[in-house]
Amino acid sequence: MKLPVYMDSHSTTPVDPRALEAMLPYFAEKFGNAASRNHSFGWEAEQAVESARAQIARLIHADPKEIVFTSGATESDNLALKGVVEMYREKGDHLITAVTEHRAVLDTARRLEKQGIQVTYLPVGEDGRVDPDAVREAITERTILISIMLANNEIGTINPAAEIGRIAKERGVLFHCDATQGVGKIPVDVEAMGIDLMSFTSHKMYGPKGVGALYVRKKNPRVRLAPLFDGGGHERGMRSGTLPVPLIVGFGKACEIAGAVMTEESARLARFRDKMLHTIMETLGEVYLNGHPTERLPHNLNLSFAYVEGESLLMGMKEIALSSGSACTSASLEPSYVLKAMGRGADLAHSSIRFGLGRFNTEEEVDYVIGRVIETVRRLREMSPLYEMAREGIDLKTVNWKVD
Amino acid sequence: MAYSEKVIDHYNNPRNMGSLDKSDPQVGTGIVGAPECGDVMKLQIKVGPDGVIEDAKFKTFGCGSAIASSSLATEWLKGKNVEEARQIKNTDIVEELCLPPVKIHCSVLAEDAIKAALSDYQKKHQESETAQAVEAKA
Repeated sequence: MKLPVYMDSHSTTPVDPRALEAMLPYFAEKFGNAASRNHSFGWEAEQAVESARAQIARLIHADPKEIVFTSGATESDNLALKGVVEMYREKGDHLITAVTEHRAVLDTARRLEKQGIQVTYLPVGEDGRVDPDAVREAITERTILISIMLANNEIGTINPAAEIGRIAKERGVLFHCDATQGVGKIPVDVEAMGIDLMSFTSHKMYGPKGVGALYVRKKNPRVRLAPLFDGGGHERGMRSGTLPVPLIVGFGKACEIAGAVMTEESARLARFRDKMLHTIMETLGEVYLNGHPTERLPHNLNLSFAYVEGESLLMGMKEIALSSGSACTSASLEPSYVLKAMGRGADLAHSSIRFGLGRFNTEEEVDYVIGRVIETVRRLREMSPLYEMAREGIDLKTVNWKVD
Repeated sequence: MAYSEKVIDHYNNPRNMGSLDKSDPQVGTGIVGAPECGDVMKLQIKVGPDGVIEDAKFKTFGCGSAIASSSLATEWLKGKNVEEARQIKNTDIVEELCLPPVKIHCSVLAEDAIKAALSDYQKKHQESETAQAVEAKA
């Protein structure tokens, strides 16, 4: 086993060697501009792009013409929200989203609010799920867009997207779904789920960084978007700019592979995840699962370890690449807004670790991580005044903490 | 984030980690911070009859810099008298551990913990002196 162990797949994933191999000819040899109509270099590039577009569309049950290439999910989210608001401003001025969305959606919504758009930020349950009834109740005559993510990047909770899609259809409101963490990991069908716009990105699914897509429905209804950039009118006028052909080829190949291996891969990673969950919980005690127990991404595990602060826990396991919900590194001292929105006390939010399993993790690595987590939590609990107080029978919630 | 070598050393080899008997009249205990803020430090000193701190212990819930700040504080406290101990400033800890701006609050917390432990000791000490004085009168 090679150290360090990578277990942070919600952050990014390595390029699958098969995707890399597919990309390589398109850097120097087949370098044409896909928009060049007058020579074979351009035709060759265009053909590669269209073939990738078809691979991507197939994975999400869309028509290739409904795929708009972007630089990644952040741009896709921006394009979806800003593009719809600008295009449908006459129809209404109200958006619905949720408090646990990614910053690319939340901060875009905040900017739109400054421009006079009304935004409803729906709360989530303690499992991190958006309630479809709450979506239904939030819809007004002025609502033009619902933007709810498929799966959360921190806690892995999967939202009832199909139900939300059905409600959106009933009320004639567009539904944008940020599916960055879900595409390539769980089955996604834009038809069955009633999705009108969907953001996703290549590098979370073993493709290269720097390319993503926005699915834009072409019929029932035909969604129109104002572009973010002015320029050559690429991507049906929705996203000007020369297409990054090698990246798109890698993205396409990554989607093809994901479609082929998804069933086997998700079962294997879910087994690893459950092994980690049960072994760690049973051995240590006072470990809490964040997110939904079953409606969650197969490769996501998010745990809070009582009496231990997340960042110090990561520091003790330097040879494992993980992520913490503690924000001790930021000046705000605010822990994860996702965990807080779920009603997790700030103390447990500070104590959370996100494990993101991936295609290349082995069982040996999983066992290693389990061992190191147990060892480090034990060591830090011995060092923790909170653990000592709890063992003396003091209820930490009744302590009058002096906060300056 | 990258930690300084000194922070890593204190984290890996904490000095004086543990607890003293808080009911001992010679022991001063300071607990500062709050779990909601992600930092809680417990710092204890044991003062000898000559007024010199003969032992110091800490327990900390918090990031590596918080652990290092309290570990360093116990090292510095030992051998100082109460007045000297009061002179330890958070800026000295920042300098010694090369803490970045986002971690300065860890050093502030350590200084608060020192002050809290000293106050607790002095309060107890005065109480026991008063008690002795009352006993002597009677």
